[in-house]
Amino acid sequence: MTGKITYDAVVKATIDTIKEAETLLPDDVIKALETAKKNESSDVARSQIEAILKNIEIAGNNSIPLCQDTGILIFYVDIGRDLHIDFDLKGAILEATRIATQQVPLRPNAVDPLTRNNSSDNTGEGLPDIKYDFVEGEQLKITVAPKGAGSENMSVLKMMNPTELKSIDNFIVETVLNAGGRPCPPVIVGVGIGGSFDKAARLAKSSLLRTVDDMNDEEKAVLSRINSLGIGPMGLGGDTTALAVYLNTSHCHTASLPVAINIQCWANRHASVTLGGDE
Amino acid sequence: MEYHLKTPLKKEDVEQLDAGDIVYLTGTVLTARDEAHARILEMHEEGLELPFELEGAAIYHCGPLMQQIERKWSVVAAGPTTSDRMSKMTPDLLERFNVRALVGKGGMNNVAESLKGKCIYLAYTGGCAALAAGSIKNVPQVHWLDLGMPEAVWELEVVEFGPLIVGIDTKGNDLFTSIKERARESFLNK
Repeated sequence: MTGKITYDAVVKATIDTIKEAETLLPDDVIKALETAKKNESSDVARSQIEAILKNIEIAGNNSIPLCQDTGILIFYVDIGRDLHIDFDLKGAILEATRIATQQVPLRPNAVDPLTRNNSSDNTGEGLPDIKYDFVEGEQLKITVAPKGAGSENMSVLKMMNPTELKSIDNFIVETVLNAGGRPCPPVIVGVGIGGSFDKAARLAKSSLLRTVDDMNDEEKAVLSRINSLGIGPMGLGGDTTALAVYLNTSHCHTASLPVAINIQCWANRHASVTLGGDE
Repeated sequence: MEYHLKTPLKKEDVEQLDAGDIVYLTGTVLTARDEAHARILEMHEEGLELPFELEGAAIYHCGPLMQQIERKWSVVAAGPTTSDRMSKMTPDLLERFNVRALVGKGGMNNVAESLKGKCIYLAYTGGCAALAAGSIKNVPQVHWLDLGMPEAVWELEVVEFGPLIVGIDTKGNDLFTSIKERARESFLNK
């Protein structure tokens, strides 16, 4: 292995990645918004998408967060199994979160759930949320996905009856309908089907890391049903209520059918960095 | 129709607006979210005077991202937050104070009645925090910083803040509700 990974290198790379995720939107989302702008038949809807595209440009040019809700930070960490980490990896990610809060800057969003006391640095019990996975190789990959509350609050999980398979699509469309303009449409809808109570939610959320052009026919069909609702950008009417729908599945108990829907606003923010290995 | 209005707003300013109109605001807007709404109502209940003026005010549902450099606050990003979280407290607020405009995103459930004849709901594009920051020229004061940065009441001096879409007008027309009703009909007919 070349280039030993250090605590300081992880801190620095994580701060840079948080900044990238907060200030730049992935290309696939920008392209989808541009296409939506072209296809919109409503003037108000087009004005909303135009404002969004202008906002993306200003944030990128000035390196400032796209949205004042810089979210809570969700980290996905892939650890190469040939990698030897002899330092506190979680500590490095926490330190990067504290520094990024000052440097990017991020809005301090982390509060105690009961006292509502704000930690003022986006850390706290269980925050940021870090999910670890072991993969092949000798690299460390850190992905950060800031998740804002506007769309997160509209997300739902339902333990469905196994015989209700046919009503999953209805459940998804109705969830987006009930959310209306609140989650900042055009949204991206991450759905986790199967697994268990908690795994369905994890599947739904991690599906948001996929790209817009990666949808299969079933996903496109649900997307088209959602867009036929006419809720439109920001709930002000129009053709574009959602940009993408992702259905991710996992085997589950024969007596269960958990379905989780994690709604994401148009700002589907995420960025990754890879450290170590032969580069 | 497009309107350019100055705060403090008069009753006549807002009565002329129809759902779907476009508005640009100049003057002072006050941010207030869940915690600030609760505190405003509590203080009024106890007969205490508020540290800011709500007569003719525009309340912005916003938890801005601010930065303090040498004791001076500046706006980094300040888009709207989900207004519906404040829906339950809004009728009470409007009964006690002559607030003339609410600015936010996503619409508000069951407030059209309490807005009638006195106050409008204006929608700003959600997530457009960098764009909004450009029209905020000064931050004269902050109140209740003990509630945390997002929940504090920030006085923001804005110039031509918009485009804001009139989501609910003073005649009880609610753009969000009518769009949602149509969507529900189309969903049920599938």
